[in-house]
Amino acid sequence: MQIPTLASMAAEGKKPDVLFWVGCSGSFDERAKKITKAFIKILNHSAISYAVLGPEESCTGDPAKRSGNEFLFQMQAIANIEVMNAYEVTKIVTTCPHCFNTLKNEYPELGGDYQVQHHTQFLKKLLDDGKITLEGGSFKGKRITFHDPCYLGRANKVYEAPRDLIKKLDAELVEMKNCKSKGLCCGAGGAQMFKEPEKGNKDINIERTEQAIDSKPDIIATGCPFCNTMMTDGVKNKEKEDSLPVKDIAELIAEAEDL
Amino acid sequence: MTFIPNILFFIVFSIGLSLFVVNIKKVISNIRLGKDIDRNDRKKERWINMTLLALGQSKMVHRPVSGILHIIVYVGFILINIELLEIIVDGLLGTHRVFAPYLGGFYNFLIGTFEILAFLVFISVIIFWMRRNIIKLKRFMNPEMKGWPKNDADFILYFEIVLMFLFLSMNATDGLLQDLNTPHYLKAGAYPISIYLQPLYDGFSQSGLIVLERTFWWLHIIGILIFANYLYYSKHLHILLAFPNTYYANLDSKGKFKNNSNVTKEVRLMMDPNIDPFASAPSESPPEKFGVSDVIDMNWVQLLNAYTCTECGRCTSECPANQTGKKLSPRKIMMDTRDRLVEVGENYRKNKQKFIPDGKELLNDYISTEELWACTSCNACVEACPIGIDPLSIIMDMRQYLVMEKSSAPGDLNNMMSNIENNGAPWPFNNQDRLLWANEDQIN
Ligand code: SF4
Ligand code: SF4
Repeated sequence: MQIPTLASMAAEGKKPDVLFWVGCSGSFDERAKKITKAFIKILNHSAISYAVLGPEESCTGDPAKRSGNEFLFQMQAIANIEVMNAYEVTKIVTTCPHCFNTLKNEYPELGGDYQVQHHTQFLKKLLDDGKITLEGGSFKGKRITFHDPCYLGRANKVYEAPRDLIKKLDAELVEMKNCKSKGLCCGAGGAQMFKEPEKGNKDINIERTEQAIDSKPDIIATGCPFCNTMMTDGVKNKEKEDSLPVKDIAELIAEAEDL
Repeated sequence: MTFIPNILFFIVFSIGLSLFVVNIKKVISNIRLGKDIDRNDRKKERWINMTLLALGQSKMVHRPVSGILHIIVYVGFILINIELLEIIVDGLLGTHRVFAPYLGGFYNFLIGTFEILAFLVFISVIIFWMRRNIIKLKRFMNPEMKGWPKNDADFILYFEIVLMFLFLSMNATDGLLQDLNTPHYLKAGAYPISIYLQPLYDGFSQSGLIVLERTFWWLHIIGILIFANYLYYSKHLHILLAFPNTYYANLDSKGKFKNNSNVTKEVRLMMDPNIDPFASAPSESPPEKFGVSDVIDMNWVQLLNAYTCTECGRCTSECPANQTGKKLSPRKIMMDTRDRLVEVGENYRKNKQKFIPDGKELLNDYISTEELWACTSCNACVEACPIGIDPLSIIMDMRQYLVMEKSSAPGDLNNMMSNIENNGAPWPFNNQDRLLWANEDQIN
């Protein structure tokens, strides 16, 4: 299928309302690509004017900065900003809380000022505006727990948008022992995703998965491709992969809408 | 003759006060060793933050048991210290309960309230002691709490118990003397709690009681002066520093890590096509050191944070790395920073405001790289801290030093970074393939 890029639209003299920042995970990781596709389905379904950057997108630099490589981070950031400013981007939506945080908080000082939304905020707005309608359907009455991504929750205080969406699915939102501002990290942040953990007595994702399982959910919902990987691994480790799916909020909505 | 106690009091009080001032000056000059950071903006928000967190203790009650007990001790401490004012005036003028005639019935109400508070403080402190020494709550038992930090915490509690006992005993004997119509002991005050201590002392003669009352009075004020000077060596310094610390705390989103503007200049130079990359860079000043390897590389807010830390361990108990047995403990990061700062500060003072290298650094000699690399940057520690301390910023600055000055990141992270450098993604994929997913099946 043809996904509009900023370049292809510009060639036709057009500009989208919003840039969908796909992110490295969403572009390359097998599991995360499914989230990207689910979100694209919703965008298409609600006739949103959007485009992606495609090959012109490059890592935001988040993992470099959190590893301590400020130089590499700023190289990435400034290059990305030049591209986006050239296309006069004003609004960005992204399915990755790390991209969301970096674009929103760390790009302005380097010359990139955009209105940035996480996809759960964006979807909530679509719902409020009546661009999508959710009638629970397959998720009606299901127990769904939401794992707060650190860079969405604590870092940017977005707690309610994903929860509102789950409730709109007619599902029963069940909270873990540690949630919202007290949510426990999945273990992937701060570039941990790309390295082996330090010596300890447990992996963080296992601890978090146990907390999730304790809330007796039918589904674990996430809003971050990295959290998704960590929780999926955790569920596999507990040999529950057949009974306890880990799904992104975008996937839940696309499924509920039967897209 | 009769002026001897007044003079003695004046001397004791002046010594106590000057030592206290000297200590506080040391704290301030050590904090000033830090680098500049602008925290004088958004004054209104800062006042609100301070009022809520420090004055209102709003985050303390996130853990209700310790939170409420702490509020009792805190309110007790502040209100009972109103009495201190009268003690000082009495000490200097040789009067006794000098405010009583002016305040009348209200004076009785005040003294009664102080007594009840003193009793509540007494009970709370005993519960605090039990939590540390009998129940042994997990967050008080981490490795960094061995030795001095453990003793410090207990000393503070013993101090408070002794001070409360002296305060109440002083009142008990005073009450007995008043009942005996002793000259100079005017009838004033209400003693709802100390009345129960009177049986301890009512076998004494009038002159014996006077000796006791004076002894308690003196020990109480001397105890307070010693306690004030003990703060410098103790985590109890937070009773003062929690206020500036919450005022100067970070107000931005927790996810916004600070921008290193020295790097920005270099990156812009590198990316500017009009600049000849082989022309030698103008070298007016020595190149700025990136990141933090010792306390003097930190900004003053980070140093203020270190002095303010109460070692309560709320941060560490929420830390995902620490919970899963990793060596990292955000509380230890703050404690190490303070210990090293005290050491570096002494070094400056001994050597006429110059630092003579002592063969040590915060990095490695206090904080290991294993601790630094275990952090997920999740901000749980920052969120948990009741007084606005940010251990994460120190961890990230130290990582910056490791990577930018020492090129020593874990191998996996080096791979990830060279992938970003070469193909714009943390994995070895070709950037041209970013849209391949669009051609893979099921999007309709
Ligand atoms: S930010 Fe780092 S130190 Fe703080 S709680 Fe999270 S993992 Fe622990
Ligand atoms: S940093 Fe804050 S939460 Fe952690 S021990 Fe110190 S005062 Fe307590």
